[in-house]
Amino acid sequence: MIWNEFIECMDRERLVKLQSERLAVMIHRLYFNVPFYRRLFQERGIEPGDIKSVEQLKDLPFTTKQDLRDNYPFGLFAVPKSEVIRVHASSGTTGKPTVVGYTRRDIDLWSEVIARTLTAAGGGNTDVLHIAYGYGLFTGGLGIHYGAEKIGATVIPISGGNTQRQLQLMQDFGSTILACTPSYALYLAEAMSEAGMTADSFKLKVGVFGAEPWTEEMRREIENKLKIKAIDIYGLSEVIGPGVASECMQQNGLHVFEDHFIPEIIDPQTLEVLPEGQTGELVFTCITKEALPLLRYRTRDLTTLTTEKCACGRTIVRMQKCLGRSDDMLIIRGVNVFPSQIETILLEMRETKPYYLLIVDRVNNLDVLEVWVEVEGEFFSDEIKKLEGLKKKIQHNIESALGISANVKLVEPKTIERSEGKSKRVIDKRKLR
Amino acid sequence: MIIKQLSVFLENKAGRLTEVTEALAFAGINISAFSVADTADYGILRLIVNKPEETEKILKDKGFSVHITNVIGLIVPHEPGGLHRALKILSNEGIDVEYMYAFALSNNATVIIRTEAVEKAISVLEQHKMELIKASDIYEI
Repeated sequence: MIWNEFIECMDRERLVKLQSERLAVMIHRLYFNVPFYRRLFQERGIEPGDIKSVEQLKDLPFTTKQDLRDNYPFGLFAVPKSEVIRVHASSGTTGKPTVVGYTRRDIDLWSEVIARTLTAAGGGNTDVLHIAYGYGLFTGGLGIHYGAEKIGATVIPISGGNTQRQLQLMQDFGSTILACTPSYALYLAEAMSEAGMTADSFKLKVGVFGAEPWTEEMRREIENKLKIKAIDIYGLSEVIGPGVASECMQQNGLHVFEDHFIPEIIDPQTLEVLPEGQTGELVFTCITKEALPLLRYRTRDLTTLTTEKCACGRTIVRMQKCLGRSDDMLIIRGVNVFPSQIETILLEMRETKPYYLLIVDRVNNLDVLEVWVEVEGEFFSDEIKKLEGLKKKIQHNIESALGISANVKLVEPKTIERSEGKSKRVIDKRKLR
Repeated sequence: MIIKQLSVFLENKAGRLTEVTEALAFAGINISAFSVADTADYGILRLIVNKPEETEKILKDKGFSVHITNVIGLIVPHEPGGLHRALKILSNEGIDVEYMYAFALSNNATVIIRTEAVEKAISVLEQHKMELIKASDIYEI
């Protein structure tokens, strides 16, 4: 099903025209309402009336997370405080939190894009939606919430935590759609089997998972364990929160709601826009938001775009499942390593589970990578030579795929923290010094 | 004649072994025999107890990786060549011993033997009149 067929299946030429009109209006608002942007435009000699088409986007300045921090908390808001009806903020693990605001129309817009997301995942007014994303300053819970109400689903706003109760209520209420982070979905699956429950005793049919990068192997793991279809959804609070892009039932790329958020792919070094199909950093321009419309916001996420029409009928641009965030990329002995690559290697081996922790340190001026893997279930052999054999196999697979040697450490089950929100998979001790 | 042995994966962390022994003591589980195989960063504790299935559940609930392995208990008289005769029988039959450990039992020694071919090992040892300990006997020590 398609929530907004008029927009989601619009002829591309017409869509680009709509984007251009909206962009031109947005540039005026940024120029007159946000001193930060006015200064950037003036430095480049850009007059608000100069920008008439999305073609010109490439000549406009970027916005970064640092700009949001420099203007903490409300410096980039484009409306008076009386118009702002909600504020969300990121956890701010690496400095001040990133603060975002919404007007009443922004909340409506957010509900609209979540309605599209949930509809693309097969949701409707007969569904029971179990929202285990955290409610609060994090955009996950409340973001999904309003869109779920908009499509008329029965919303269970359970938020995170208390896994046993989550399972109990999901079973009792006959929840059909689960919304949470992919790592929490796996944790729920694990807790389910520990509690002696089977996926068959649940009515779940689909999961909408996002807020962290996850691999295709992890998708298969979740789909097998929970017996559901796992849909990838994408968003970030700076742009709006969840609802920026979503997969449909084809699971073949995420449809970007580009009538509101224009995506571009740039080379993160040269900052040049890359042609369609090439991998680079994803950049978004908000063209309809009122409270915090960011211009060319650099997401740090790496992906590719395609305008090829999807089998589902949607014509809006699709982004490939995120390969990882350029912030998550580790440089180990000069080699670029994404945690997701290690995850893929572990999940391709039947014996291991997707719980791992990467510990990077520098010993005698040399980077060392330690990979913690839990010994559980099929992995645990009574014989040391088999355990050592598996350890060597993991080391070998990492080395042949990434070209770096890793020291694999076998740890007891549950040693690695199970996350109810975004999971922590890397400890870089080089940064702590 | 098959004895159910529990194997527990343990990281080399202070106090980890005590957590196992404490759990067993608390549940009233008696340990008949045990051995520890160790490497640089982990070890495997192998235990023969009076209630293997119950113990497996207790330890799993405590979050340990536990595995039940079938082993043989061979009674070896205290005299030179006693162990040699038994091992010779197994090697003549091409049965590989993965590991073994011994403990004293009244006038004899008992050797716990782990091999992939448990059934075959039992039958050849019995054919050669070797004395094996019954599971029920070892659990009740």
